[in-house]
Amino acid sequence: MSGYWLIALGAIPLVGALIVALLPEGRDEQAKQITLGTSLVALVVAIIAAAQFKPNGARFQGNLSWTWIRAFGVSFAVGVDGIALVMVLLIAVLVPVVVIASWNDETPGNRSPRAFFGWLLALEVMMVGVFVATDVFLFYVFFEAMLVPMYFLIGSFGGPRRQYAAMKFFLYSLLGGLIMLAAVITLYFASPTHSFAFMKLVGTVDPGYQKLLFFGFFIAFAIKAPLVPFHTWLPDAGAEAPIGGAVLLVGVLDKVGTFGFLRYCLPLFPDASRYFAPMVLILSVIGIIYGAIVAVGQRDMKRLVAYTSIAHFGFIGLGIFAFTTQGGSGAVLYMVNHGLSTGMLFIAVGILITRGKSRLIGDYGGVASVTPWLSGVFLFAGLSSLALPGLSTFVSEFLTLVGTFTVHKVYAILATIGIIFAALYVLWMYQRLFHGPKGEKVGRWRDLSGREAWAIGPLLVLIVFLGVYPKPILSVINPAVKATMQDVGKTDPAPTAGSAAK
Amino acid sequence: MNGVVNTAADMAPIHSPSIAYVALLPMLIMLGVACAGVLIEAFTSRATRMLIQAPLAMAGCVAALITVIVIRNKHVATAAGAVAIDGPTLFLEGSLAVLGLISILLVAERKVDAGGSALVSQAALAVGSSRDRAQATATRVQTEAYPLITFALSGMMLFPASNNLLLMFVSLEVLSLPLYLLTGLARRRRLLSQEAAVKYFLLGAFASAFFLYGLAMLYGYAGTVNLHGIFAASSGTNKGDSLLLLGFGLLVVGLLFKGSVAPFHTWTPDVYQGAPTPITGFMAACTKVAAFGAMLRVFYVAFGSTSWDWRPIMWGVAIISMLVGAIFGLTQTDVKRLLAYSSIAHAGFLLVGVMSLSPAGLSSTMFYLLTYAFATLGAFGVVTLVRTSTGEATHLSQWAGLAKRSPLLAGVFTIFLLSFAGVPLTAGFIGKFVIFRAGIDAGLGTLVVIALVASAIAAFFYLRIVVLMYFSDPPEDGPTVAVPGWPTQVALAVTAAATIFLGIFPQSILDVADKAAHFVS
Repeated sequence: MSGYWLIALGAIPLVGALIVALLPEGRDEQAKQITLGTSLVALVVAIIAAAQFKPNGARFQGNLSWTWIRAFGVSFAVGVDGIALVMVLLIAVLVPVVVIASWNDETPGNRSPRAFFGWLLALEVMMVGVFVATDVFLFYVFFEAMLVPMYFLIGSFGGPRRQYAAMKFFLYSLLGGLIMLAAVITLYFASPTHSFAFMKLVGTVDPGYQKLLFFGFFIAFAIKAPLVPFHTWLPDAGAEAPIGGAVLLVGVLDKVGTFGFLRYCLPLFPDASRYFAPMVLILSVIGIIYGAIVAVGQRDMKRLVAYTSIAHFGFIGLGIFAFTTQGGSGAVLYMVNHGLSTGMLFIAVGILITRGKSRLIGDYGGVASVTPWLSGVFLFAGLSSLALPGLSTFVSEFLTLVGTFTVHKVYAILATIGIIFAALYVLWMYQRLFHGPKGEKVGRWRDLSGREAWAIGPLLVLIVFLGVYPKPILSVINPAVKATMQDVGKTDPAPTAGSAAK
Repeated sequence: MNGVVNTAADMAPIHSPSIAYVALLPMLIMLGVACAGVLIEAFTSRATRMLIQAPLAMAGCVAALITVIVIRNKHVATAAGAVAIDGPTLFLEGSLAVLGLISILLVAERKVDAGGSALVSQAALAVGSSRDRAQATATRVQTEAYPLITFALSGMMLFPASNNLLLMFVSLEVLSLPLYLLTGLARRRRLLSQEAAVKYFLLGAFASAFFLYGLAMLYGYAGTVNLHGIFAASSGTNKGDSLLLLGFGLLVVGLLFKGSVAPFHTWTPDVYQGAPTPITGFMAACTKVAAFGAMLRVFYVAFGSTSWDWRPIMWGVAIISMLVGAIFGLTQTDVKRLLAYSSIAHAGFLLVGVMSLSPAGLSSTMFYLLTYAFATLGAFGVVTLVRTSTGEATHLSQWAGLAKRSPLLAGVFTIFLLSFAGVPLTAGFIGKFVIFRAGIDAGLGTLVVIALVASAIAAFFYLRIVVLMYFSDPPEDGPTVAVPGWPTQVALAVTAAATIFLGIFPQSILDVADKAAHFVS
């Protein structure tokens, strides 16, 4: 696979964003068309890149590297392993979906939708950059720069408390990022290679520094992911962000945190990872249960979905820090599936909100009789969120739990409590929204429009397909996860190795 | 008779030291331009003055910059070792020439203020008198600011080049006195401006006295005012060092004052607020460069061997400065005061580089100064443009919704703010990266972590402005955004472009700074 496909994947939305930014005022329709076109071209490029990726080839493929800032030993280096590749694919799928879903969104105070779509494309550039960077410094640059477009998306186009939410989001992330910056700088000195290139750094970091460095990276990623107790920004940001922003925030941005654990914390600081693993596992379990319980009590749909994500990120954390291939593969697959299913749920919630003009569950009721199709889609998204067998999320949740169970029985058992609560929050929300007596506000609403169906359809198909046949994705993920587990110095317990993953 | 003969025989003949004029050329050009400016002010007609003063000052800066580039490899200690022309000197001279040029552009703006300039024509009139009220509406413009600025610039260039404390004191005064005057020249809000000038003058005089007192102590200790002499006297002797430390402390107070480092910062917010905004930009950018340049030389050349003694104190000073800047900045409601506290916080970050005492610390401090100065000049340039009928609208609430009124201006200001906050792809990020890297390498890890936390706090108030500009709705009677003439446009374009360029392609300037990072012995 040629690395230029990866460069193109970042460059195409960048060009699109610039064009949208330079459009004269009032050309909103054109801005939307350009954005959609650009994101579709990017999707095609991502599919070509994925098709050329050899699952059993080198760990990193499509490697390209140019010296960027010689004085720091920094390169503009790109390349993907299986994990990064599936995340890039997820981005490429979600962005056009988000564009379609946000097509007719009303903007607060008559702001120009042009800016919305421009920032969206800028966000795609940064997100792709984060996942394809193979230089720690370059990763850091994208990691931080990614905040800016999301900040404007939330702050300019969000709900009533958007200013507060945008500020909280930015400051939380920046604080984590700055602590990570100290770790990034120290990393340079802690490795005899004096380099920021990921592949050179693996296995060379002085064990004396590892705990400190792990901690620096961990805080940033735990805020991003977010793990309890670093999560308080997410419900605000998720609830106030415009639907499109929320899909990308929870679907992709937060995955940078869990991706960071896998890509940077584990391979670079194996000793410290093993040392801190019990702590992370406990935080993950707490997150699963806490997120689920709090989600049950939410009255605001968007906040509810945000809290379910906190529970889901607990599962991902559990899978990663169990240090088994099954758990790791399950976690990566979970990252993809969660992006699809939560994205779909958010979009369904967004469609409902455009009808009812309210985020509160209590304002609805009996909607199913008015909009049966929307009701069905909503139920599907909800079931996928609670990991119903047959849907893709089931595969990942199952793998994660099995992978954890082989080494940490107690944690796995505790985590299953989260599944029960998941059924509770999803089904109860669905029941209050769509069944029972009609709410006061519920009028003669339009059912799913063609555009909305186009936004939902691809996600629905993917969720079903990957639920029945996850092998294409797993075959890409598995080698990368195995390599990561080797880096961390853990081998799978003999009897279960790889059997369920096939 | 006999005695007289003896005296004459004892007296050593006085040799005038040889002076490398070529190496001193950038400073001499600035001084020459300043003197010429004074003469022009005295002997030509108003129309001529208006026509040539600004171009002359700009030409001086350009000539100084070109000279610096031409003599970039000429490293000598000249004038009996009192002036060191070496890498840091030349780098800072070049920076000052560029920054001075941008400042002069901001001062030369004629279109923004209805009176024709941000500076008043007769500063000495009593505020509130009938003549003073008359000049508030008049469009008379004076040009004395240009010679004052060029004098200040020549002092700033000499300040970090001084290898001798007496000369350093002289240049400190050369750069300070014009600044005191310039502070009092604001066309609007005269009382505030005059108050600021008096405050700056009084506190500045105190700081100079501290500096002088410290100088005397150090002379008492080392028997010389030469920095190398102090180094030689302080290293490897068993002399009691109370005089040395006392002298160091007093001397550094004077320097920290000029660099607006807390706890010697109290003048900064008032003076930044009261001074005419283009002058505030000039002070914030160029004085910072000069003061930290001098600090670098003093710390690296004279006190390199005694770092065990002073590092603990400077640790405290750096932490106080970062935290005072970041925390007090949170409560500000005036843009200029907010930028003042930001400057105090940045001074704390800069101290990390100064304390590193390594070539990396030296080059990173110089690079950071440059990135900070560009963003600061640009930010104050933006402040000059947001106006109501009575002058600049500096209250934060007036900036609400500015992005709707003028997306371009808000965008440019956002670039500067993100750079202050240290967000990647801006110059401020690279600056923070190099300086913290040098700090960690020099064993200042804890200080760097504190600095990062302070940056996160400071980011809050930068973002608050972004929130106001972009996410709030503009007030009914909001300020207007003046359409600037070419000087301000050029200044803003250059500073914004530099902030982005140094954020993405810093290599070229980093190379220059790295190459420049050693003091001549």
